[in-house]
Amino acid sequence: MNTLWIIIAVLLAVAALMSMVRLLLGPSILDRALSVDALLAFSLTGLGAYAAFNRDPTVLPTLLVLSLLGFVGSVSIAKFVARRTESHDDEGPSVFRLAEDTVEEEGKTS
Amino acid sequence: MSEEFVQILDWIAILCLLAGALLSLIAGIGLLRFPDLLSRMHAASKPQVLGLLLVLVGIGLRILPQEETGVFSAGTLVLVGLFQVVTVPVAGHIVARVGYRTGRIRRDLLGTDELADRLESDRFTKSGAENNVS
Repeated sequence: MNTLWIIIAVLLAVAALMSMVRLLLGPSILDRALSVDALLAFSLTGLGAYAAFNRDPTVLPTLLVLSLLGFVGSVSIAKFVARRTESHDDEGPSVFRLAEDTVEEEGKTS
Repeated sequence: MSEEFVQILDWIAILCLLAGALLSLIAGIGLLRFPDLLSRMHAASKPQVLGLLLVLVGIGLRILPQEETGVFSAGTLVLVGLFQVVTVPVAGHIVARVGYRTGRIRRDLLGTDELADRLESDRFTKSGAENNVS
């Protein structure tokens, strides 16, 4: 039974390492957000394994906080990416485009 | 509760935890090896829902038989599972939507792209009007 606990820890560590490699390599910011999300899921699993190993229910509120934190983090990063690229995109709302165009023209004329 | 019963529960719990850790490893390999954002999301959402639920079942089987009043722990476990099941699809949907609309996915890997046809027909019907779908 002890071996199985060690195997669980090693599996989680290898998974977290792979996710961190993707965090370093990730071509776009959304890939990085995704790998952070996966890293959070691995840490949830690790904390859960700790709680189960020690029969210790004190870390369970931490699981609650982490499970909400991952949602807020990935959604806010996605919204940030959408807002930032919207103004440079042809498909975005024309309000942003117009505002940026006028700003650029003012910069040129002054 | 008898000793043998608790041991059987422990074995079931550790098998659940092992399955959760195995799903995490699979997600790590998928994150590292898959070529674009959508397939990585497909790989990464396995431990977020199924793996976490397995781990929560494992924790419950391990902690609850030992406690006198396990209401608080059981409630916390159920809440964690509920939040994760509700929030992970929403977050995945938003990330995939932003990735699609900002062109961060590889279109040559898509089998069918029904959203592109839909957007194209929307542009025809709404030509002239303000396009505020995003």
